[in-house]
Amino acid sequence: MKLHEYQAKSIFADAGIPVPDSRLATTVEEALDAVDEIGYPAAIKAQVHVGGRGKAGGIEIATDREEAEEYAERILGMDLKGYTVEKVLVESGVDFVDELYVGVTMDRGEGEPVLMVSTEGGVDIEEVAAENPDAIAREHVDPAFGLHPYQARKVVYEAGVDADVALDVASILSTLYDLYEDSDASEIEVNPVMITSDRDVIAADAVMNVDEDALFRQPELAEMAEESYEDDLERKAGEYGFDYVRLSGNVGIIGNGAGLVMTTLDLVDYYGGKPANFLDIGGGAKADRVANALDMVFSDPNVDSVVFNIFGGITRGDEVAKGINEALEQFDEIPKKVVVRLAGTNAEEGMEILNTELVEVEETLEDAVQRAVANAEEVTQ
Amino acid sequence: MSIFVDDDTRVVVQGITGGEGKFHAEQMIEYGTNVVAGAVPGKGGQEAAGVPVYDTVDEAVEAEDADASVIFVPPAFAADAVFEALDTDLDLAVAITEGIPTQDMAKVNKRLSETDTRLLGPNCPGIITPGEAKLGILPGNIFADGNVGLVSRSGTLTYQVVDNLTERGIGQTTAIGIGGDPIIGTSFIDALEAFEADDETDAVVMCGEIGGEDEEEAAAFIGEHMDTPVAGFIAGRTAPPGKRMGHAGAIVSGSGTGTAESKIDALNDAGVPVGDTPEEVADHVESFL
Repeated sequence: MKLHEYQAKSIFADAGIPVPDSRLATTVEEALDAVDEIGYPAAIKAQVHVGGRGKAGGIEIATDREEAEEYAERILGMDLKGYTVEKVLVESGVDFVDELYVGVTMDRGEGEPVLMVSTEGGVDIEEVAAENPDAIAREHVDPAFGLHPYQARKVVYEAGVDADVALDVASILSTLYDLYEDSDASEIEVNPVMITSDRDVIAADAVMNVDEDALFRQPELAEMAEESYEDDLERKAGEYGFDYVRLSGNVGIIGNGAGLVMTTLDLVDYYGGKPANFLDIGGGAKADRVANALDMVFSDPNVDSVVFNIFGGITRGDEVAKGINEALEQFDEIPKKVVVRLAGTNAEEGMEILNTELVEVEETLEDAVQRAVANAEEVTQ
Repeated sequence: MSIFVDDDTRVVVQGITGGEGKFHAEQMIEYGTNVVAGAVPGKGGQEAAGVPVYDTVDEAVEAEDADASVIFVPPAFAADAVFEALDTDLDLAVAITEGIPTQDMAKVNKRLSETDTRLLGPNCPGIITPGEAKLGILPGNIFADGNVGLVSRSGTLTYQVVDNLTERGIGQTTAIGIGGDPIIGTSFIDALEAFEADDETDAVVMCGEIGGEDEEEAAAFIGEHMDTPVAGFIAGRTAPPGKRMGHAGAIVSGSGTGTAESKIDALNDAGVPVGDTPEEVADHVESFL
């Protein structure tokens, strides 16, 4: 679960990490009120969950009120890589002489958190990692012990951070690790940490992603997650409790189990179609959950046809069939053609229950996908 | 022959009095698995699924000589249950639970490196040696005894591929779900190494998915250490970067690591054919036998 920059920064500030003075604005008027209070130069930063906001035109520095108005008007409401900008962070511009990268993430391969520091801040750190891996100093943390403060100092010195600010940077890193642990973060980073001409150290950006599986014990962060949904369908999926990812195609996909649903997406693509979404109803889904899944996919205006693929282990074919019937029988006319394939536990019982006047049925995954792709093509022609 | 579990495996079910635990304990027993006990704090002295329940795993092992556990404990308490299994020195612990916080698993992983217990999962369907034992939630009826080993990060994808094999009369020595989480116990390499050492396993299917580098590392292992032929499948070719595709571990990073393409290339380089469809995977396996 991704937090917005403004959310992460307020958490950082509460933990004692220095951040620039800032205000959140949702209208041009609010943005102008904010710059009046903060002064110039002021950064106007789009609050959307995409990387490279600066390059895409989502961050501008205003030096006077006229510019501030122009930028706020342009950025608020703009489309940034598919996301509509509804909020901007208006922030005091930092007069910096140097930029660093600091972060904490989970090293999956090692199964341990890792601290990362680089003097090549302010640029895409993943590019740095790919092109010049030695420019990033790393230090693994034993999750059973937690961070020893010396480790933060060690990795900062190892990265070659200027000696006069090294302890301040180490202190930020140490606080970030505490936040990482206390908030069940999956990733936390500041890029850049800015060093001013007065040799102050300031967190100029903030990335914080939280482990969704730990939200049950992070109630405050879970509330922030609610505010972070940017797509109505994703919000709906969150309410229904589905694993859902929206894509740009027109073949709606519902299935059980992440690997099999991904495979269904891949097969839609393989047979010449374009997947509209990933939707996993999870294990052991009952009829109402199945009906909710169909509601989700029907609500997506891009969807022209639907494939429903279930291989039951703990999910039972009869429950799935009941849910499909319930969902479809309420329509006078089925909005989009649905191809169903049931296999595994109680598949035969499911086939007997399934109202085949409302859906098309295929026996194999491959056939079901090809038919759904053909149905989608029919609609678009 | 088989790997990790067989007729002699004696199983304690952690969380046997819960809905899932009880249902699957019964299913395991019906399949012929030696389920000898349950372990649930506060429920010692009761009976569930026809076996005695103990308060601790330690007591269950003492009294019933169990050597493996299957864990059906809700996410908030699951890491604790895994620690309990590891600290009891079982041979095998299978964690079915999905949704254990990653930082809990990092601590488990640390403890795991200090014990001799094998951990399978979490977030996995379990393991089955057809006709002998099933530890987990896999639907027993789709499996058949045979000579193909299978290792997979996903449950239902495993069922799909097994179904394609069994339909053609190709049975399995052992099928293993290693789990879809970022931090797991048994890796592809651990399973591949065991299949390579197993005389009865004549071919292996490896089903991977996007995220992490386990498939790439497994490909290198296959290239260097395996004579048994391997067929592969990788799910998530169409997954966009930065999105978690259901499994906590199934995510292509923003910089493009963990992609299906990288995994398929690595497997092909190691001489492993990768099917475009599950049906094609079965074609490759058939050609090996």
